[in-house]
Formats: sequence, C-alpha cells, structure tokens
Amino acid sequence: MTLPLAAQINSVMAALILLTAFGLLIQRRILGLLHLFAWQGFFLSVSTAIVGYVTGVHHLFISSLLTLTFKVILLPYILYALMKKLKIRREIESMVNIPGTMLIGIALVIFSYHLTSPITHLSNLVTRSTLAVALATVMLGLLMMVTRSHAVTQIIGFLAMENGLFFAATSATYGMPMVVELGVALDLLIAALIFGIFFFHISTTFDSLDVAQMAKLKEED
Amino acid sequence: MLIIILSISLFFAVLLAFVGDWRYAPEINIAGSAATFAAGVALALQVYLHGPMMGGHKFFFVDAFNVYLAVLTSFVSMTTAIFSRRYMRLEREHGRVGHWKMRFYHAMYQLFIFAMLLALLTNNFGVLWISMELATLSTVLLVSLYRTPTAIEAAWKYFILCGVGIAQALFGTVLLYFAAERVLGVGGDALLWTNLSQVSSQLEPTVLRLAFVFLMVGYGTKVGLVPLHNWLPDAHSEGPTPISAVLSGLLLNVALYALVRCKVLVDGSTGTHMAGRMLMGFGLLSILVAAFSLLRQKDIKRMFSYSSIENMGVATFAFGIGGPIATFGALLHMLVHSLTKSAIFFTAGHAAQMHGTQEMDKIRGLIKGNPVVGWAFIFGAIALVGMPPFGLFASEFLILTATIKDAPLLTPLLLLGLGVAFAAIFRKVQPMVTGLVPSWQTPLKAAHVPVLLHMTLVLILGLYMPRFLSDWFHLAVGILK
Repeated sequence: MTLPLAAQINSVMAALILLTAFGLLIQRRILGLLHLFAWQGFFLSVSTAIVGYVTGVHHLFISSLLTLTFKVILLPYILYALMKKLKIRREIESMVNIPGTMLIGIALVIFSYHLTSPITHLSNLVTRSTLAVALATVMLGLLMMVTRSHAVTQIIGFLAMENGLFFAATSATYGMPMVVELGVALDLLIAALIFGIFFFHISTTFDSLDVAQMAKLKEED
Repeated sequence: MLIIILSISLFFAVLLAFVGDWRYAPEINIAGSAATFAAGVALALQVYLHGPMMGGHKFFFVDAFNVYLAVLTSFVSMTTAIFSRRYMRLEREHGRVGHWKMRFYHAMYQLFIFAMLLALLTNNFGVLWISMELATLSTVLLVSLYRTPTAIEAAWKYFILCGVGIAQALFGTVLLYFAAERVLGVGGDALLWTNLSQVSSQLEPTVLRLAFVFLMVGYGTKVGLVPLHNWLPDAHSEGPTPISAVLSGLLLNVALYALVRCKVLVDGSTGTHMAGRMLMGFGLLSILVAAFSLLRQKDIKRMFSYSSIENMGVATFAFGIGGPIATFGALLHMLVHSLTKSAIFFTAGHAAQMHGTQEMDKIRGLIKGNPVVGWAFIFGAIALVGMPPFGLFASEFLILTATIKDAPLLTPLLLLGLGVAFAAIFRKVQPMVTGLVPSWQTPLKAAHVPVLLHMTLVLILGLYMPRFLSDWFHLAVGILK
C-alpha cells in the first residue's frame, strides 16, 4: 500500500467517524445508539491499523486491537447486557430541536478546523488532515452529553469523546506512548465498571434512567 | 524510596478490599496511611539532603515542588484515617453503612491516596493524566456511598462533569506530546517533565498555547475553578465527611499542581505571560463567585466546599501573578489551606453527627455541647478566613503584597472577595458555636487528635516558618520561575 492511498483511506475513515458522531447526536433509540457507537469504534480501529501498517509504527497494531476489543466488542456488549437487565432496550428518548443541535454540531466542526489549522501546517505526518475531525468528534461527544438527559446516552457521549481523543492521538503523533495508552484503557475499563453500578443505583432510586429528574442539588435563593 | 511509598498504599488497598469490614479494619487503614507518611518523610529527607532525584527508569521524579505536596498528602491522609475510625464506626452504628460498604470504603480510600501520590510523583505527563482520572474514579462511588437520591445525583454530576473536563486535558496532553516529539523524538521520553523542562524554549509556541487552553479547562475543572466548578459543592458535601476532607484538602491541590507544571512549560515556550493571565482571570473569578455564593449557603459542608473554591482561586491567582513573593505565598497557601480545611471538615462532620443534620440553622450550642469540637470549629473558621495568628494570614498577606506590587488594579477585587468570604463564614459560624444546647443534640465521642494536630500546625506556620520549609519553597519558586 502506498502512502497517498493510505492517506486516502484514512480520510475516508475519518469521514465515517465524523458521520457516526453526527448520527449519535440525533439518534433517539438507545439500541441504535449502541450500533452507531460500535461502528465508530470499528472505523477507528481500522484507521489505526492502516496508519500502523503504512508507517511501520508497530505499537499502533496493539492500539488498534485494544480499540477493537474494548470499544467494538466489550463496551457495547456490557451496555447491551445492562440495558437488557434494566429493561430499557426499546426506550426512545424525547428530544427537542434536532435541527438546532445539528447546526450547533456543524458550527463545532468548523470551529475545530479553525483551531487546528495552525497545527496541521507544522506536521508532516500522513494523518495530519484528520486532527480537525478528531477534535470535532470530541466536541460532538461533549455536545451530546450536554443536550441529552438519559444516563445511557450521556455515557455513550462520554465514550464517543474518548474515541475522538484516541483518534487525535493517532492523527497528531501516531499514537501516544504505550504506557499512556494502556493506562487510559485501564481507566476506561474502571469507568465502565462504575457507570454499570451507577445505572443500577439510578434506576432503583429514581425508577428510570432519565437524569433530568435529578435536580435537587441547586442553590436556593 | 519512590517506589516504596507508592507500593505501600497500593498494597493496603488490595488488603483492605478483602478485610475492610473487619473489626480492626479502621486500624489497618491507619497503619497503612501511617506507613505511607513515614515513607514520605524518609523521601523528603533524601530530597533535602541530596536534592532532586529520579527513580524507576526515570518514571518517577521528585523535586522541591512535589515532595512537600507528597508529604502533605500522606500526612493529611493519615490524620483523616484516624478521624475516619471514630466517624465511620458511628455511621455503622447508625446503620448508614454495612459490611460491603465498609470494605469498599477502606479499599477505595487507599486507592485514592495511591492515585494522588502517583500523580504527584510521576515524571510523565500522560501518567499524570491517568492518575488524575483514577483519583476521580476511585472517589465517585464514595461520594454516593449513602445511596440517598441527592448523593447519587452529586456523584453522577461529579463523574460526568469531571469526565468531560479531564477529557479536554487529555487532548491538551496529546498536543503537548505533538510539540515535544518534534524536539525530543518519538517515544515515552518525550512526555517526561525532566526532559521537557530542559527544552521548553524550543517547543512550538502555537501548539503549546492551544494545548494550554485545553489543559487549563481540563485540570481547571478538577481544581474547581469558576465557571467549571458546578460539580464541586455537591460532590464535596454529599459524601462521608472523611472523603470531603481529603477531596477538599488534597485532591484540589494535586489538580492545581498539574496545572502549574503545565504552565511552567508553556511559559518557557511562549515567552509571554499568557498562561499566567489565564490563571489570574480564572482565579479571581473563582474568588469572587465563591465568596458571594458563600453568603447563601444553608448546608454546613456545602458552605465549606465553596470556601475551598475561594481558596483554590486565591492560590491559582497567585501562581498566575508569578514572581518570587506570589509563588511563595501560593505554595504556603496550598499547605495551610489543606491543613485548615481538613480540620474544619472534621469538626463540621462531628457537628453534623451530633445534630443529625447538615443544616446550619439546626446546629447550635457547639461549645456547650462539646467544648473541644466547638472551640476547634471556631478557631478553624478564624484561621480559614485569614485572621492572624494562623498560617492563612501569612500566605494571604504575601499574595496581597505581590498583587499590590504587580497587579495593583486587581487589589480591590481581591480584597472584596476575601472580605465577603470573611463576613459570610463568620456570620454563619458564630451562632452555631455559641448559645444553648438544643434538645436534638446528642453527645458523641469525637476524634480530637487530628483536629488539634492540624490546628497546632497551622498556628505554628502562622508564627514561625521552619528553616527546611522555607528552603524548599525557595527552591520550588526557582523551579516555577
């Protein structure tokens, strides 16, 4: 595989990651969110593997494998099992103003390109053009966490942000040092354990996983 | 020694995961923390005698800046463990925690200490991020330990908001690595503080400027700087009191430590005062917003959480000003605030247990009910608002002097914040300690040693600065220049 071809494929993967990020932003069915999230992880994993192959940076294969196990198989499976147990598989979230959210999302993408343009000029990596997409994925995950009020959706937004960060590391620097990547994966695993426990606590205490009803702690006037 | 100090708390975390509900588990917890403290003192001695050093293949690193924070962290975690022995026993008798929760609490307590020490002692900016996240994760479920609706809400907020915040810091770290790699080459060495601080002037300023914005938002969320502070009053007030004490007294310091380390690199690279200005802005905003929020508080622990935001704002502001006096003041402020705030939380926790509520309107007659708790509470409050002869007076005085010299226009705002905070805390504390004992107050066997120890230290630091400490602070000021 030649470098330009790899850069092309990588750009396609970046586009697909961004597309899934937008999909996550407006998907109302929880099961649909899970599928989209798994696809996003898959594109990320493929992109990492391709970059690792053409550049000869072999630890990227390990990163790619980590993504595949955690983000494509393990985490979606854990979430699916939890949802089955909590009987919220078919839940549909009510959302206001989908077009508005999309427009904010587009603005965030443009903003990301604006922020990263001075940096991409400095880089000579094959992957440099995708840094903006990575930042946009982080921002879209953030937007998703702000606009949604379902606990599971917020967590998926959180994980999508993590995907974006991972993608940023691959596109800016061909991946962080191995010890850092392993540590981040470990943190992610612990986080998964914690939100699993949380779902049970929230659903038993509040009878639903809608976190909008948790609004007792406010400043009184 | 570097590896020993970390492995002690990790070992006790694993041990307490199995025996944390035993009768003598609180004593084991104390023993673990005391051993960590002893190792910390030994480490400090080494650094004092032989200067900065590295360990574990350059993986760990100590200098004058992080060694005093490591000793402070291990000391406060030890005294908090002593306090938690009585406190958690009472909670267990009241039926608020059972077997599993005790186990979980003790194991997570030690894991939390481990995470903070790792954050302080690591040489690698990536590992610094990982351990900050680990410190958050290990305390999330401690905040929701009581499983009340408000506790779960607080913990969820803590988890989500800190998760979002700290993700920004990871992006900042990626950018930092991007800049470092061009100078230091690919590999783990490019993220080491010891390497980066040497070449900071060669790092690309455009990248570092952007990186600092992300790092500021990320670690700033963990410091509790306004407007990123929303999670802090909830998380610090809903959990068990020992956890409030270590969250307010220690974790905020560690987050600020991370931020200041990043600032030094950015300053070296850009050669401008941009990072300092940002710290000053966020710091001053935190002081003012927190001071005015203090006026409206009804919950005792919530009030002191806002006071933590205010005090971290003071330290952040001082680091932002830079210069020897302000930095010295900020380092001292981190130390005395940590000691005072944990002491205040100890007494506030006992006061809440005596009255069965955290509402300040229901807490009355503390001095009559339990003289030691009452007097410690009032002296703690006096120290906290920066009255002489306590240590916070000294640090705030230094910071004020530096402000008048370097940023005279901001002096009125700083004074306004400090003044409002003073009035707010004093107005609330005075009726709680004086007056008659209300009918709903129940006597309790309080843990006096930790409070008295902390207050004595704060008093000593206000009157007299030991030689070794001022030497260290001067060295640290040199590092942070």
